[in-house]
This record gives sequence, structure tokens and C-alpha cells, in this order.
Amino acid sequence: MDLNALTIEAARAGVQARETTATSLAEAFYAKIETTDPEIGAYLTLSKDRALEQAARMDSLAAKGEELPPLGGVPVGIKDVMVTRGVRTTAGSKILANYIPPYDCTAVARLEAAGAVVLGKLNCDEFAMGSSNENSAWRPVHNPRDLSRVPGGSSGGSAAAVAADMAVATLGSDTGGSIRQPASFCGVVGLMPTYGRVSRYGLIAFASSLDRIGPLTKTVRDAAIALRTIAGRDPMDSTSAEVPVPDYVAELEKPVRGLKLGVAKEYFGEGLDSEVRKSVEAAIQKLAGSGCEIVPVSLPHTEYAIPTYYLVATAEASSNLARFDGVRYGYRARDARTLSEMYRRSRDHGFGAEVKRRIMLGTYALSAGYYDAYYLKAQRVRTLLVRDFEEAFKKVDAIVTPTSPTAAFKLGEKVDDPLSMYLADIFTVTADLSGIPGISVPCGETKENLPVGLQILGKHFDEATILRVAHAYEQAA
Amino acid sequence: MKVTEKDVAYVADLANLELTQDERRLLLRDLNSILDYVDRLSQLDTTDLPPMSQISDRYGVDQSRTGSERFAYASREDILEGLRKSLPHEVALQNAPDTDGTFFKVPKVIER
Repeated sequence: MDLNALTIEAARAGVQARETTATSLAEAFYAKIETTDPEIGAYLTLSKDRALEQAARMDSLAAKGEELPPLGGVPVGIKDVMVTRGVRTTAGSKILANYIPPYDCTAVARLEAAGAVVLGKLNCDEFAMGSSNENSAWRPVHNPRDLSRVPGGSSGGSAAAVAADMAVATLGSDTGGSIRQPASFCGVVGLMPTYGRVSRYGLIAFASSLDRIGPLTKTVRDAAIALRTIAGRDPMDSTSAEVPVPDYVAELEKPVRGLKLGVAKEYFGEGLDSEVRKSVEAAIQKLAGSGCEIVPVSLPHTEYAIPTYYLVATAEASSNLARFDGVRYGYRARDARTLSEMYRRSRDHGFGAEVKRRIMLGTYALSAGYYDAYYLKAQRVRTLLVRDFEEAFKKVDAIVTPTSPTAAFKLGEKVDDPLSMYLADIFTVTADLSGIPGISVPCGETKENLPVGLQILGKHFDEATILRVAHAYEQAA
Repeated sequence: MKVTEKDVAYVADLANLELTQDERRLLLRDLNSILDYVDRLSQLDTTDLPPMSQISDRYGVDQSRTGSERFAYASREDILEGLRKSLPHEVALQNAPDTDGTFFKVPKVIER
């Protein structure tokens, strides 16, 4: 069998049945990384000792004939914004170049407790700020489908690693589209759970009211398995919700016939690439063919989502990133004579251009005289965006849209124009601001063989329905 | 232009950034271009709308409960035994750029 192409269940079953071992699996993935990753750039740090120790534990369980946990022996990768005890974690930033966290992110700890083998840490835009992965302080990631193109961002390494068979599954984070858009660009499945569904403990904060952790996988079934593993209340994150976690895998098999799927005209207007439109419309037809009822809905404030997002997210970021001051961890400028000079120079040298741009925008939006006009205004419009979805979800069970207005663009294409880069998130930010879950599932390709993503948005804490619709589409396609 | 050079310098100061002349020039351009785009929010009358700073008091909680009762599940008894263990001292210091073994060390705070 091709070890690198396995799904979560197939990998675990292979180890359980002793057809392979967790150790050979990990080694096969490291070999693949060694040959493939130089041209992709998905991994920043490999955690071989930790991986092989865990693999040996799983092998010894299997050898004794004991039942493996749900991800027993499954090789996974982790976006470098999630802290890992003893394994360098940089958030794609020079300011954390040598940071060795003293604790584990809850989502990572839960994957490992379920038997997963953590191969290493994945490249991303610095502090998850970007839509192309070109803001990584270390190196850009190349799209495995076409090396001249971006993998999307900010979880570009997480998407590229799954697409290039360098991990069975990965964790990413989504603040404005950072799981779903790269999943769409690389042709994999990316799931952003409801805000509060997965603990944010150990996720290096970008915008705390928006940030979410979720899986990127080869199949919808794998996404359901991964979510089941990481979801649920965590006392270490007071915003993690006390809402029961259903068996997402069992829910997949429920029929989709009769489900009402909303289609919002605001997601099919100007700026949508014609080939992307064609693929997404064909996917919606397919779902109609599976018995779903297609219902027109309206999300009238969609055009205000990007400006709202870039005020809310940058304001929160400017506050969250104040902690990087060269005192307790991270880079410190050595040439400073006073404390104030040390703060400034450490941050000046440590942060990249996009991070500084967002800190400046967020600080401006929060500053005296502008707070009401920008930050407070954006928070009020956020209420309108949430109400748009509340109205729509009175009529439908889920909403289907394109994930991104275009397929993967070229490296360098948007780097000099921050605003055009921000607009790449136009179909994804609404779900971040509203707290609802969303999944991107591959739905065909453009003439240039670039993947297109179908986005399915659901009600709060109703990941089961969007997973079910995504699974039905995947099976029908 | 909404943002002036003076504003850039003032905001950089608030944000604890020094920034080179080149960076200031580019930020002047970028902030103005982004804020021009953001201006479309002023088309909306939001006078009577409540601001939303986060959604977690709206979903996934028992709406019949009010105030701190709504988040009772997230609180713990305020007793010593209920406290989580802190990081051991040496672990908390291990990523610090400069320490004396007990404290974080920083350059002089007060000029003499």
C-alpha cells in the first residue's frame, strides 16, 4: 500500500492489523518530506524524537493486540501558531525564532492523546496574518498543484502538507479564512468549527474573538474524525463552550434528502471568476440531485464584511501582539540603552511588514478620537452580519458558496497591494465574524488544473450538518 | 488623505514601534488606502445597533441565565486547592533573553 496516501482510518487500521507499523508510517512520511518538501516549503520544524516515541508506543499497543485509540499511529502536522512543549514554535515570525514552549496546545494534546504522531510544525503567514503564505518570515510555501502559485494562507503549510502527502491530516487556524481558503487552493478539505467548539488554549493569539482551530484533511470523513477528537469544553479556555460533542462520524451517514441549502446572490456577483462560478454551480446542482432543496437567501451586508473584519481583527491583534516586548520570551534587540528603546527595537526588528501594518491599523482604529468611528462602528456592523445569518438560517439548514473568488494566484501577484490581498478573503470572513462553522470541500478544477473549493456554512454548533452535506457531495462527485 | 505623517508617528509611538523612514512612507500610503476602503461602513446607519465584541455570550450558552450565572460553568471555586499549578520558576525563565536566575532582566527604566 502507498503509506503516504492513506486516510486516518486506513492508517490506523494498517497499524492495528500489523500490516505496517506506526514507526514505518512515520519514517515513510519523513522520507516523503525529505524528497518533496524542499520545493514546497510546508514544514518549518520536524519533531522526530517526539514522533518516533509516540509511534513506538502505538506499535507496542498493536503488538499486544490492544485496541488502538482513534488516531493510533496516524502522522499529523501542526500549524506553527500552536505551541508544542519542547518543540520550537515560531508563528512564522522572527520574533519567536528560538521559542521553545513549556506547554502543549490543548488541540495538539488531544490529538496525541488519541494516538496521533506529530511529525512537525507547519509554515504559515507570520502570526497567521495573510492570505498567500508569503508573509512567513522563513520562506513562502509553494502550491503542490503548481509550484508557481501560492497555497493560500494563512494555513498554507497545513494545506500543502496534506495535498502533497506529507501528512495524513493537519491542524490549521482560521481568523478570516485561513483554513478554508488554503484548503480550497490546494484541493483538500478544510473545516473551521464554531467559535467555542475547540479550545484556543495554546493557540498564539491573533484576534481572540475570531480565532479558531480546525483540521485540514484528505476526506470529509477524516475531518469529522479529527473534529470529534479535538472538540469540547476545556477549562483552560473560558470561551470554549459547554455544548455536547456529537459523534460527527456517525452523523455523516444520515441522508441529505430534504435538507434546505441556501444560495446567496451576494456570493456570486462581481469579482467571482467564471470558472470558479461554473464549478460551484455544478456542485450545487449535484447536491440538488442528491435530494437537497436549493433555496435563495440574502445576506445583504456581505459587502461590509471585509472592512469590518480588517478593523476588528487588527484592533484585537494590536492588543494581543503587545506581549512581544523582548522581556519574557522572543527576540530582544541588543543595542538598546533604555527599556523603551529595547521594546521598540525588538518589535521593529522582530516583526515583518504585514504584522506592523496590522498593528498600526489596529492601534489607529483604537486610538482616542478614532475609536468610535472605526472600532465601535465595525462592532456595530458585526451585529448586522450576525443578523444576516440568523435570518437566513430561519429558512435553510446550510448555505453553499464558493470558498474563494478565484483559484490559487501566482506568488508575488498581490504582495505589493495589501488591499487586493485582503479581498481574497471576501467569502470567508463573514463566517469568522459571525462565529458560525464552515467547511471547504474540493469541487472540480479550472482549465489550468487548479482546484476549486465549495464552501458550506452552518448554524452555530451544527458542524454535523455541514459535514454531512460535504460528505454527500464528496460521495456524489 | 485621512492619515498624516504626524499620525503615523503618533500611532507608531502608541504601538511601541520605531519604524524606518521608508516604513513610515509605505505605511502612510497603505493606511490611507485601507481606510478609504473601510469608509464604506459609513453608508450604514448603525445608531441603534448594539456593538458585538464577541459571540460567545450569544451561542452555546443558556440564554435564560443572566450575568455571571450564564458562564457559571467556566468559573471555579476561589480556593487555594482549586488553583492550577504554575510553571516551575526555571521553566518560566528558560525562554527569557536575559535573567539573573530569579528575575527577568531589562535595560534601565529610569534615566539618572
